[in-house]
Amino acid sequence: MTTFTLRVNGTEQKLDVDPDMPLLWALRDVIGLTGTKFGCGQALCGACVVHLNGEPVRACVTPIRRAAGGTVITIEGLSPDGSHPLQKAWVELGVPQCGFCQSGQIMSAAALLAKKPHPTDAEIDESLAGNLCRCGTYTRIRAAVKKASGTP
Amino acid sequence: MIPTVRGACCTLGLLLFGCGGSPAPEASTGGKEGPPLPPVAASDLRAPEAFAGISDTAERSRALFAEASRVILHPRCLNCHPAGDAPHQRDEMTMHEPPVVRGPEDKGVVGVECTSCHQDRNPVLARVPGAPKWHLAPKIMAWEGRSAAAICAQVKDPARNGGKSLQDIVEHAGHDALVGWAWSPGADRAPAPGSQAKFGALVAAWVATGAACPPDKSDKSGKEATR
Repeated sequence: MTTFTLRVNGTEQKLDVDPDMPLLWALRDVIGLTGTKFGCGQALCGACVVHLNGEPVRACVTPIRRAAGGTVITIEGLSPDGSHPLQKAWVELGVPQCGFCQSGQIMSAAALLAKKPHPTDAEIDESLAGNLCRCGTYTRIRAAVKKASGTP
Repeated sequence: MIPTVRGACCTLGLLLFGCGGSPAPEASTGGKEGPPLPPVAASDLRAPEAFAGISDTAERSRALFAEASRVILHPRCLNCHPAGDAPHQRDEMTMHEPPVVRGPEDKGVVGVECTSCHQDRNPVLARVPGAPKWHLAPKIMAWEGRSAAAICAQVKDPARNGGKSLQDIVEHAGHDALVGWAWSPGADRAPAPGSQAKFGALVAAWVATGAACPPDKSDKSGKEATR
């Protein structure tokens, strides 16, 4: 066991855990933030995407040691009241069907918009290619990202 | 990830060098007659000393590169030296899953950067391979679909090797941590033959003997590959 200090959604957390514990386990099971989902556990589906020091990472394969001293933002911390443009567009367009993938989709899309505020369709497709939606809502996801970017 | 077929080789590896467990074929000495090289398992590399019987220095140099190319043409190396904009994976060199692209700096694009998933070492609880500075070789360094002769010429060309000198190439082959991952790939992935130390020694010996390249068999003149 090792003690790690990291800042999660603005709150300092001190965790006494195994250095190889996936960040996802620390977030969900130790801290209790269950908005980030476990999908495949192999970085293939994107359900577990969070931001680590501003970069999107797949928390299921990211060891907690990589986050030591860092800043983590999860879907719970993306905005204080669900008012991030992506969250609003998600609601307005009724994007989710089952909703299991949406926190990962939104966190990947948020990272994209932070770097490219007005992405093209192709850029959206490339950046979200690793976020699977078993319900097949991809066209609505892309439309919501476009809407959030203010692009017609 | 879906488990790979154990012991499988990449198509190129299968065509050129056979699969693990069986003896490796004789390393090419560039087409001329030379003393037979000692046998070596497909999973191992011959040491530079094994080539001492080749008296012609250029011929020995070409044979040393041919031996080193058993590593270069292995899927652990070729998968991330693609000719296109996406890496391959597995011993069968299938398309990378998820469907990532190289991006402007060969590190992916936002959302699916290489280090979104790949860590600085192989993880304990997942199959995703990891090593420091995980990234794709730039397109000018693409090896996919090229012969050992063509790659040899490419590796020596500063315009296509990232501005490296031959000594830089020796250092890269023998000590770069990402290159070294090929011999510790984790999960059930087949490692490259030999070891990084043996590969580095072969590349150093190749450079020390003049860094001669095997003839490009597609070139009937027998000259070194230049493209």
